[in-house]
Amino acid sequence: MDGILNALVLLSNFVIVPAMAYGSQLALGALAVTLIYAILRFSDFAQGDTMAFGAMATILFTWVLQYWDVSISPLPTALLALPFGVLCTVALCLLIDRWVYRFYRRVKAKPEVLMIVSVGVMFVYNSVVRFIIGPGDRWFVDGQRFIITAPAFKRLSGLDEGVAFKTTQGLTILTAVIVVAALFWFLNRTRTGKSMRAYSDNEDLALLSGIDPERVVRTTWIIAAALATIAGVLYGLDKSFKPFTYFNLLLPIFASAIVGGLGNPLGAIAGGFTIAFSEIALTYAYRKFLAYLTPGEWAPQGLVQLLSTDYKFAVSFVILVLVLLLRPTGIFGRRSP
Amino acid sequence: MNPAAHRRENMRTICMFAAMFAALALVGVIQSLPLALTILNLCLISAIMSLGVNIQWGYAGLVNFGVLGFAALGGVTAVLVSVAPVPAAWGAGGAGVIVALAISLATILAAVFVARRAPAGVPRKLLLAFIIIGGYFLARAFFFPAVEAIEAVDPTKAGFLGGLGLPILLSWVAGGLFAAAVAWAIGKIALGLRADYLAIATLGISEIIIAVLKNEDWLARGVKNVSGLPRPVPYEVDLQQAPWFRDWAALLGVSPVEFSSIFVKLCYAGLFAIVLLVVLWFSGRALHSPWGRMMRAIRDNELAASAMGKDVTGRHLQVFILGSAVVGVAGAMLTTLDGQFTPASYQPLRFTFIIWVMVIVGGSGNNRGAVLGGFVIWFFWVEAEPIGLWVMELLTSGFAQDSPLRRHLMESAAHMRHMVMGVILLMVLRFSPRGLIPER
Repeated sequence: MDGILNALVLLSNFVIVPAMAYGSQLALGALAVTLIYAILRFSDFAQGDTMAFGAMATILFTWVLQYWDVSISPLPTALLALPFGVLCTVALCLLIDRWVYRFYRRVKAKPEVLMIVSVGVMFVYNSVVRFIIGPGDRWFVDGQRFIITAPAFKRLSGLDEGVAFKTTQGLTILTAVIVVAALFWFLNRTRTGKSMRAYSDNEDLALLSGIDPERVVRTTWIIAAALATIAGVLYGLDKSFKPFTYFNLLLPIFASAIVGGLGNPLGAIAGGFTIAFSEIALTYAYRKFLAYLTPGEWAPQGLVQLLSTDYKFAVSFVILVLVLLLRPTGIFGRRSP
Repeated sequence: MNPAAHRRENMRTICMFAAMFAALALVGVIQSLPLALTILNLCLISAIMSLGVNIQWGYAGLVNFGVLGFAALGGVTAVLVSVAPVPAAWGAGGAGVIVALAISLATILAAVFVARRAPAGVPRKLLLAFIIIGGYFLARAFFFPAVEAIEAVDPTKAGFLGGLGLPILLSWVAGGLFAAAVAWAIGKIALGLRADYLAIATLGISEIIIAVLKNEDWLARGVKNVSGLPRPVPYEVDLQQAPWFRDWAALLGVSPVEFSSIFVKLCYAGLFAIVLLVVLWFSGRALHSPWGRMMRAIRDNELAASAMGKDVTGRHLQVFILGSAVVGVAGAMLTTLDGQFTPASYQPLRFTFIIWVMVIVGGSGNNRGAVLGGFVIWFFWVEAEPIGLWVMELLTSGFAQDSPLRRHLMESAAHMRHMVMGVILLMVLRFSPRGLIPER
């Protein structure tokens, strides 16, 4: 019996808890991508660098707060700086929309052109981030590191294995739940949210019924920028902040959004967790886990790892390919391609 | 178009290329001649990559954000074709790797066969899952011991299977074919769906190609790199020894050492220029043939073209493969020029998105435009750093030498080139979407 419990605890520590946190981060990023796709009808390749910008702005405010000795210990100071970071990113996205994207909406440019425009925006964000904070690694987490440490868990439960639950992981999951709940309340219950959904479903009909498209677009950018910043900060708190890693998040985020059907918010969340769990479960070495479940002499010799961690991007890609082959509109998508 | 306008446009093109070469000559005079030739060589390679993307985007409106991956495939082909084989490694694990690859291929073929032929339903799904999972584990069983054995063979110098030991020029063709094969697979999956899917799928495959090339040491030593690839042109040292070469150098009044480096670079430039002209000629012919007109018809109105009975997805697949093959050729050329393959240096901003800036700035849909874009943008990409440093120097001249702000600004000058590229791309898309040399 202890063997099974130990195995489960081991799995929680190395697969379930990290995947929940990573899945929440991906889900928030994928929500931003999917909202932009639903309203503005293009895939925003600047998304990764928007997240990096939001995280950078938050880090700068965190440093200011730390300098002033403002702290909300045991929680990280970055949480206090987050609203300021969100404000900066929202301002940036609205400015870029006004200066760049609005023109293409007016001329009704093809989505392909908008994708290429977003690459130009990506270049700009990328250089701004590197110019201000540099390309190196930054840690900005402070406060209490663990909600529960592995030794403490072992003491409490009397098992051989422990679950370490980092504050940043708990915070990530909690924040994601709150943000997603707020977003769905907004989309389903408020007038602006409903007009956004109407605009996404049928642009012409929405215009006929007097919905102001520019207002819908502005709201979308505000929400997307907030989501991107929160996702970027949570990811940075959990791992560390390095501008290039945010570009690498583009693939898992797009894969998450497509798995659930581009433009479908619920699908983006399901997609985020699907990708995160597959990625971590497939790259985890199961030797110790199996050793607990099998009698001594059957314990496996190798690592029992399905895929080397170097290929974690391949997981997103394979899932993406499977979805494109089997159900191009996503698991929750409507039937039309 | 009337002949006068045609002539005017030709004059414009000629003037712009003349200005470009004048700028290169200026670098040769102000900085140094070898540097100007280095820039020229990379301009030529960039122009070919840009032609490849132009075939996809300009002719057909396909968005390929995986240029990096196709270039890297070409690059690794240069290694696999030219390096001498490592017999000890082949003996240790060659058979195992081949068996594993054969099993993988058989698994894919069997899965495709079952997916196509078996009646739909739960049994088919189970069978498919069984084939794929079984094939994966069977291939692994042969693969990992073989890889371990190969990487144990003289790890500091070899540790990989080596190549075929053939002339490196062959890899320029092979690299194109290799890239074409991968493009076929990706195109089969992602074409015919939303335009966004191809962009995302190509971005994904390029990241995976780079991950494979970085981590699979048995193939091309991964991040340990294979350096000292055989060259298609003479070596400087040999030239410096040759009496005829010394005579030439004396005749021109330069030292043999300096002249040899210039001579080698000129040889490369000649080879690259030939490839560029060949690709340019073929793609020009294709663009002005009935096939090219059909491609543009599909690009401008897919619905109308398919109503006329054109196979839109099939033509897209064709053009996607052709464009990727051209990028693969350019990738093999780049590795040949560098003399080594370094997977870690393949960065998406440097290889994928910069090529897009070239195509858009040059003029999408126009081959001469794509070539000009390749030249201009590569020139600015390289020269942005000295120019940026100079501007920063000027801006911060009022500051104290060791002021932290000045130091930060000087260090960050390198990142300004991304800003410059982004702003150029956005400005051209907004104010002159047809580029420097517009499509006819």
